[in-house]
Amino acid sequence: MLKKNEIKIGDTYSEKIVEDLKRTQIVQYAGASGDYNPLHSDDKFTKEIAGYPGVFAHGMLSMGMTGKMLTNFVGDGTLKKYGVRFTNQVWPGDSLESTATIVDIKEEDGEILAEIAIETKNQDGATVITGSAVAKVS
Amino acid sequence: MSKIKMPVEKSHIMMFARSIGDANPKYYEEKDENVIAPPTFIQSSAQFDPDYFLRPKIGGDNWFGSGKEASGMKSSGSGSGGGGAAMGLHAEQHYEYHQPLKVGDVISAEVKPGKSWEKESKRAGKLKFSESVTEYRNQDGELIITATSVGVVTEKPVEN
Repeated sequence: MLKKNEIKIGDTYSEKIVEDLKRTQIVQYAGASGDYNPLHSDDKFTKEIAGYPGVFAHGMLSMGMTGKMLTNFVGDGTLKKYGVRFTNQVWPGDSLESTATIVDIKEEDGEILAEIAIETKNQDGATVITGSAVAKVS
Repeated sequence: MSKIKMPVEKSHIMMFARSIGDANPKYYEEKDENVIAPPTFIQSSAQFDPDYFLRPKIGGDNWFGSGKEASGMKSSGSGSGGGGAAMGLHAEQHYEYHQPLKVGDVISAEVKPGKSWEKESKRAGKLKFSESVTEYRNQDGELIITATSVGVVTEKPVEN
């Protein structure tokens, strides 16, 4: 858990959340989450029917991996809110780095809360996720 | 009424945590009461939706992924071969956490349609957005998570 006297607005935390994303990890995510959309595991369908260069990651896999960075930063069981927009697709072979920035620290209903901005970028510097979170602070 | 009844199970949490590459030991604890779930774990409630459209149905012959052909969808004369279903992408996802998920909980979900809107884009033509709000409750009817999902249907594949 973040401690109020150890954080300030503008603090950042970054993590490499995946290096050279493997197709197998995308399949793992499909199996665990139950989202078997062929866009994520079926190259033939994705190329010939959907018109994409090949399979790509579930947005929710990127959100899940970004969430790993987030909980490593704010601590387990402290999240009040976590939301993202998917701004670019994530492809096999991508390497992603995710950053959290504290944008506000406030008190609400007796709880101290940190408001956090989130951005995940790929190896070319393109943003694949923008988001925000609210976490309890002690 | 919700058709989803999701038993929260530690082996499912373990598999989910592995799939997102998260080695946090709290997701792999032996004792049920020590296990917590990753923040996006509730998305896997799709496993417990009997009608979930992104899972091939047992005995069903209309799955839109490839088999012999690039799409297994039996075309209904339009010749589109199921491409329409593939154009749906996930645009946004938001969670609000009210209480922690616990192993042994049985979660039900109530989905409410939200706003819908349109936007022109350079990379994918006309975009049709639609929002849905899902309330996840435990076996005692207590609100655990509120999820807001925004889907987008693109006119053409997104240019990369």
